[in-house]
Amino acid sequence: MAAYPILDQKDTRSGFGAGLLELGNRDERVVALCADLIGSLKMDAFAKQFPDRFFQVGIAEANMMGIAAGLTIGGKIPFTGTFANFSTGRVYDQIRQSIAYAGKNVKICASHAGLTLGEDGATHQILEDIGLMRMLPGMTVIVPCDYNQTKQATIAIGAHEGPVYLRFGRPKWPVFIPADLPFEIGKAQRLVEGSDVSIFACGHLVWKALQAAEELAKRNISAEVINVHTIKPLDEEAVLSSVRKTKCVVTCEEHNRYGGLGDAIAQLLARTLPTPQEYVAVNDSFGESGTADQLLKKYGLDTPDVVQAAESAKDRAQIVAIRDNPLHRL
Amino acid sequence: MANSISTVELQRIASQVRRDIVRMVHGCQSGHPGGSLGCTDFLTMLYFDVLRHDAKNFSMDGIGQDLFFLSNGHISPVFYSVLSRSGYLPVEELKTFRKLDSRLQGHPTTHEGLPGVRMASGSLGQGLSVGIGAALAKKLNKDDHLVFTLHGDGELQEGQIWEAAMFAAGKNVDNLIATVDLNGQQIDGPTDQVMPLGDLRAKWVAFGWHVLEMNGNDMDSVRAGFLDAISRTGKGKPVCILMRTEMGMGVDFMMGSHEWHGIPPNDEQLARALSQLPETLGDY
Repeated sequence: MAAYPILDQKDTRSGFGAGLLELGNRDERVVALCADLIGSLKMDAFAKQFPDRFFQVGIAEANMMGIAAGLTIGGKIPFTGTFANFSTGRVYDQIRQSIAYAGKNVKICASHAGLTLGEDGATHQILEDIGLMRMLPGMTVIVPCDYNQTKQATIAIGAHEGPVYLRFGRPKWPVFIPADLPFEIGKAQRLVEGSDVSIFACGHLVWKALQAAEELAKRNISAEVINVHTIKPLDEEAVLSSVRKTKCVVTCEEHNRYGGLGDAIAQLLARTLPTPQEYVAVNDSFGESGTADQLLKKYGLDTPDVVQAAESAKDRAQIVAIRDNPLHRL
Repeated sequence: MANSISTVELQRIASQVRRDIVRMVHGCQSGHPGGSLGCTDFLTMLYFDVLRHDAKNFSMDGIGQDLFFLSNGHISPVFYSVLSRSGYLPVEELKTFRKLDSRLQGHPTTHEGLPGVRMASGSLGQGLSVGIGAALAKKLNKDDHLVFTLHGDGELQEGQIWEAAMFAAGKNVDNLIATVDLNGQQIDGPTDQVMPLGDLRAKWVAFGWHVLEMNGNDMDSVRAGFLDAISRTGKGKPVCILMRTEMGMGVDFMMGSHEWHGIPPNDEQLARALSQLPETLGDY
């Protein structure tokens, strides 16, 4: 199959850095702030090229969010950069009041999200951030899946009016999205067409979903893989049209099973099209130290976990089909 | 700073603003009269004789104008009154304060599109950071206007204030004037008892700010303080005004304690308060 060959191995945060630099060249309203993590966020190039438009705020994330909000008032488009944990949980009230409620055009850019942060351990591996940000009225939440898409998303949010949470990560990861594949905020991408099960994924887990689809094909299960890079606003039509066809769902995310992509889709389906759904997500726990690969395996976010979830979802859909068949009610 | 309106005229306006405050909190039986009354002279001077602004043509970006951010958003009654009396919104609208479907929310917000408000505030400690951001944008825009912020003294217990204080001095944000309302009171009692603030002058000086003091309930002192503060801008450091005020100033039974921080007067108390505050510009 291999419809998506590995083009390269790159970290998504470098996609952010490249996108930010390009955006800086395109639009002089773009400014950037960082809380003592310039190298980690790959903001060096922007800082060097646009020293007047770059603000090092030190280890003071709350202040950074407030300054970013204030900069919008003079017509600037601020991009804040720090780890996902310090971009959300640490500064939730600042984001809530000064950015979301106040409707400010701040782009909150968060690296090192999820388990794949690795050895630093649970203090830094936030698994709740998608949920936190998704709950804020007016917040757009984007979780791109590879280097190319993170670069595209960074550029796209610069042209989007309103607060955005952009989540990406630390490890080198397969680059598989063609650089010329159009990216549109709020528009999910069907990467693989299938008929037996819908696999919705975001971030690093999109690659795992593609791997799983290949394995499922060998088992005569036709999986549809949809990259839901924008979790809010959710592309409801893309979800529903796939689920109407497959009648079962797997959601994959590097996040707690509460509050993230899985819940966004479950809520949509509960309201409109109740469907058996399996979660590939962290089972309500904190992470720990380890390599990215070890952690994804231990916490059930690896390719075999997606395969197993797809088979379970398909089995459940068959039980529902039998139950709902009028012939069986006789 | 225009410095063109007489002290007597500003005092007349302040009397009307104080009437508005007690009538607003009485009208909805909620809100924060104490700090509002204490900061009335400051906000009256600011909006009628200091800010270079255009009330009739409000724009969110405020380019080419001085900006003000109310960080202690709970004193919204005085803010709304001064905004209306200086032309940002109809004076009649004050009667909608804290009522359903009003633009005059309990704490100020941009959410309802109220002219004159550029930031939501209420959760304390955030306004200095916002002011810094707006001041940085002015520098980038080559806009030589100033940014003013107001904070409660109790608000200084929030850590974010000191993150911002460090940034503003460390990064030479010298187009920013932050005023601290030193009324010595907060919800649970005197600040000295709840959480002593220590030597605030020494703290702000140590953080690298120009620091000056004024009596926030003496219009001449407020005028002199603003003139002094403005003269210190553009010299590499941010400016802090430590402003002594009396919570509840202008209404005798509301002064001298924290009791009137956040409760409204009843009918009888309203009448007593209004008898001490001459109507000068016409009630809403």
